[in-house]
Amino acid sequence: MSALLDVKGLTVEFATRRGTVQAVKRIDLEVARGETVGVVGESGSGKSVTSYAVMRILDRAGRIADGSVAFSGLDLTAASERQMTDLRGREISMIFQNPRMALNPIRKVGRQIEDVLRRHAQAGSMDARAKAIEMLSQVKIARPEERYHAYPFELSGGMCQRIVIALALACRPQLLIADEPTTGLDVTTQKAVMDLVSELTRARGMSTILITHDLGLAAAYCDKVVVMKKGEVVETAAAREVFAAPKDDYTRRLMRATPRPGSTLRGLLPPEIAAAPNPPATVTGEVLLKVENLVKEYPRQGVSKSWAQMFGRGPAAEPETPFRAVDGISFEIRRGESLGLVGESGCGKSTTSMMVMRLTDPTSGAITLGGDDIGAIPARSFAASKHRRRIQMVFQDPTDSLNPRFTAVRAIADPLMRMGSLKGRDALRARCEELATLVGLPLDLLDRFPHQLSGGQKARVGIARAIALDPELVILDEPTAALDVSVQAVVLNLLDDLKAKLGMSYLFVSHDLHVVRLLCDRVIVMRQGRIVEEGTSEKVLEAPDAAYTRELIAAIPHPPV
Amino acid sequence: MRAIARRLVTIVPTLIGVVIVTFLLTRVLPGDPAAYFAGPTADQASIDQIRAALGLDKPLPVQFLAYVKDLATGTLGAALSTGQPVLNELKARLPASAELTLTALLISMSIAIPLGILAAVKEGSFIDHVCRVVTTAGVSLPVFFTGLLFVYVFYYLLGWAPAPVGRLDVYFSEPARVTGFFTIDSLIAGDLETFRAALAQLALPAATLALFSLAPIARMTRASMLSVLSSEFIRTARAAGLRSRTVILGYAFRNAMLPVVTTLGMVFSFLLGANVLVEKVFAWPGVGSFAVEALIQSDYAPVQGFVLAMALLYVALNLTIDLLYGLIDPRVRLEA
Amino acid sequence: MSNVDISAAVVSPPPAEPATAPARPAVGLAAALGHARYVATSNPVTGFAFALFFLIVLAAILGPAIAPYDPYASDTSAALAPPSMAHWFGTDQVGRDIFSRVLVATRLDLIIAVASVALVFALGGFAGICAGFFGGWTDRIMSRISDTIMAFPLFVLAMGIVAALGNTVTNIVIATAIVNFPLYQRIARAEANIRREAGFVQAARLTGNSEMRILLTQILPNIMPIMAVQMSLTMGYAILNAAGLSFIGLGVKPPTPEWGIMVAEGAGFIISGEWWIALFPGLALMIAVFCFNLLGDGLRDIIDPQRRT
Repeated sequence: MSALLDVKGLTVEFATRRGTVQAVKRIDLEVARGETVGVVGESGSGKSVTSYAVMRILDRAGRIADGSVAFSGLDLTAASERQMTDLRGREISMIFQNPRMALNPIRKVGRQIEDVLRRHAQAGSMDARAKAIEMLSQVKIARPEERYHAYPFELSGGMCQRIVIALALACRPQLLIADEPTTGLDVTTQKAVMDLVSELTRARGMSTILITHDLGLAAAYCDKVVVMKKGEVVETAAAREVFAAPKDDYTRRLMRATPRPGSTLRGLLPPEIAAAPNPPATVTGEVLLKVENLVKEYPRQGVSKSWAQMFGRGPAAEPETPFRAVDGISFEIRRGESLGLVGESGCGKSTTSMMVMRLTDPTSGAITLGGDDIGAIPARSFAASKHRRRIQMVFQDPTDSLNPRFTAVRAIADPLMRMGSLKGRDALRARCEELATLVGLPLDLLDRFPHQLSGGQKARVGIARAIALDPELVILDEPTAALDVSVQAVVLNLLDDLKAKLGMSYLFVSHDLHVVRLLCDRVIVMRQGRIVEEGTSEKVLEAPDAAYTRELIAAIPHPPV
Repeated sequence: MRAIARRLVTIVPTLIGVVIVTFLLTRVLPGDPAAYFAGPTADQASIDQIRAALGLDKPLPVQFLAYVKDLATGTLGAALSTGQPVLNELKARLPASAELTLTALLISMSIAIPLGILAAVKEGSFIDHVCRVVTTAGVSLPVFFTGLLFVYVFYYLLGWAPAPVGRLDVYFSEPARVTGFFTIDSLIAGDLETFRAALAQLALPAATLALFSLAPIARMTRASMLSVLSSEFIRTARAAGLRSRTVILGYAFRNAMLPVVTTLGMVFSFLLGANVLVEKVFAWPGVGSFAVEALIQSDYAPVQGFVLAMALLYVALNLTIDLLYGLIDPRVRLEA
Repeated sequence: MSNVDISAAVVSPPPAEPATAPARPAVGLAAALGHARYVATSNPVTGFAFALFFLIVLAAILGPAIAPYDPYASDTSAALAPPSMAHWFGTDQVGRDIFSRVLVATRLDLIIAVASVALVFALGGFAGICAGFFGGWTDRIMSRISDTIMAFPLFVLAMGIVAALGNTVTNIVIATAIVNFPLYQRIARAEANIRREAGFVQAARLTGNSEMRILLTQILPNIMPIMAVQMSLTMGYAILNAAGLSFIGLGVKPPTPEWGIMVAEGAGFIISGEWWIALFPGLALMIAVFCFNLLGDGLRDIIDPQRRT
């Protein structure tokens, strides 16, 4: 059987200020008819660039320097631009990450599907609309006639991704390239979208290339997996083989670093740097943080005033009840304990952490820290409170959380200068170096600015800043969400070590139950502002009570154990 | 429709602000308006008399109310030079300014937008460089200076253009007034000779203004096209095999127009100001030259009337632009 | 990995590996200067603008000292003489040397522009940062003031202000500053507003910084570069605005040498063919504005290489 797509020795170069950079180096890639191939790699591995090269939609600075791309026997690198435009959308289609941005914001979604249909003569002016609506119903969009008239901004992220899929599949292409199609979507939405893609492509006998950073996702949906690293393919094998017995060293590391049921925190690290297991957590019985009946309301805006309702087409406007982002939750954290707060976007976990952090005032409810009622101090003046130093936070985006004009040492020194008792440059510097050593940040990086540091290094700076004043409680707000899995593994271990060393308590906010389990003693699952489940990590993951928790766990793809 | 009504409501505070500012401008005069109106030879008694007559002896809030009342009845005072009510003068001269400004805008938009699109689509090409030079030079040209250069080249050196002395050569009589635009009115009257003469007079000042407003529009079109062309939905459209014509004109252009429409508001602000200078250079009998003449004679009422009229006009233009924006962008409709 | 990194890999070259970050981090002023030199040399247009700027400043400082003639001295026997070796730019209707007048006028035009831009930078910038950072009433009042000013065509408002306040250079400066206020206020507001809830600002709150301190140490330094670019760009506008006002007889009074008024004086002679009276001051005006605009674009490149237009 001849392959549908056969990439041989493909090299892609980018012209940059510092000269030519090879983003993809002599890679081979084969996709058979009806096959789903996963291209897996961390950031900078060149996996997306490969797909753009195949589609010949590289931006101006990039070019195919060498190699061939054969599609059904036609060499795409030599094809004319005209042939390529005819091919795109009809023979090869693509779906992208960030679906909301991938659609024309000011054109009705139905129209956008029509544009593609008519372009490839799959529909005329008479039946285009019917066919577009038919496509909408095929991607399981409820009330397709109505949605035909919707604009992208009126639809959810998952819904937009369905539209993008409809757009890609409208002309029944033979190959679908899905570039991180679910990044940024919630896990349950991710599962729904991926199931839809695999169902539709299977039904049509299509081939699929799934580009992802997530080994679990590749394992769940692909026949074959190609692992890429820094522009090169390091391993190509059947999915089962790759996960059962990875041959390449890099693949093995990637496998280890991906959290899954049964993996341990130390187990994530490559064997050569794995240290002794952590001392068991010293959880005392003393309650550190107590949250009671916490409520946060926001005034509703815009939702009930849509254009449609102005013309009387929608339902009558409801009485303006404020929106409850957090709806009366209570929980406790004991000294030395780490508590996980899990939920999908919009569940209220971030609002909760901001209130506990005292950056936002709750509408009602109490927050006490070691017996002190810190909820009563307004967020505005909490910076001047003596309790400020007792709660600190590690932020989600290490880049955004560092002032671009402060060096690493200045960032770490900030809390020391504001609230610490150290006096004098030398003492400050010494303490900063001590902290840097503690978080594993090489001392020669201390005088660098954030843009001169890698993601992992920035994360370490953020952690050093948070622990500078020996806080009692540290809130970790998705601290690894922006990091590659291998870096995530290291940072999670570091956080665990620090906790043991310094005797802090953690409130770990995350969307990923498997990551939370590794670090936390207990877990709270939130949905729509309420707590739906609470218990020890093992119990919540292995024997969840709430149906929602079960759904959440089932939706997380993970490589086979 | 309620969105439009809602937008109309938002201009109320703006209008109040405009009225307050124009009122303040009349009252913060460092000199004593009463003494000024009384003339240099007046004695204290007659100054006081005039002050009372003008209501300047009353407290500021009372004066403000009187001012608002005058505005409501359309009373803007009289011009010293002609003795005519300022309102009538402005009404009579507005069509001349409008004809000039709108012609200029039409010319500049029909050149700037295609130029900006081409420059963005062929980034780094010859046309792109032309666009960049034209836009940077265009914003650097003092509009009164370009006008004078044009006069020198096209009137004095080449003799192609008529003398810069207003809207129509003295040998022609004004066409019957329908729109107040000489070019259109002469066409309505079927008088091609007059039409040609009016057009000849209009050409240079309109070209001057057009050159001036070309730069910001072309610059914004280019920048906004560039950013839209690199956006993700354009990549999707390309990946779906849509023809580059459809991608550029159907998808990118409409999105790129949004910031350009917003820029138009600023361009209007510039145009209405530049209009004053161009009218002076070409002795164009519009509202701008009316205001400049009054300024020279230290005749204050016409200047006030002019500032207020321009502000009201500009508020109305901005309103139109906002509504236009809403037509293109469905997202704005929702928020409105 | 985050969507940021992947899209970056597509739209632009792949992100540099951490190992390729400069081994010796350049610090502070030296780094800025080094980068400025890099930009000036890599982009000849910006280099040219820098050179031109230097020349203009030189003319402003030395103008009166190096002018060959007294800019006020009239010589009726040499009136309306076209450019020659004796009078490089010719003479005007009363026989004053135009070259000397153009040269000497540099200082006044530049002072008006610098003063008004500095004034609006201080007022508008501060008002905008406070409005964007504190929000609430501060924001509402500041934005309302800006909206009201923006409701007027700017040049027309400047005319009204100078006419009302009186016909002096100071009032030209004030009027130019007032009409530019909304621009600065809005830019500063927008920049402060997007940083108000930025991670590093939240982090600064956690480390015990007061709001005022955050404003000064976190927000302000990050907004300064953007404001600096704006200053350079509005400098050109300020010069044009002031010259336009003097062209219609507001502000600077004859016989003071000033570019706008000199063009106005020459305007009457254009139709009889004496082009040099208006041309040279007009050219000087144009070159100065051109220089500041180029400089603004160049500065923007230094600060943000991605936002080149």
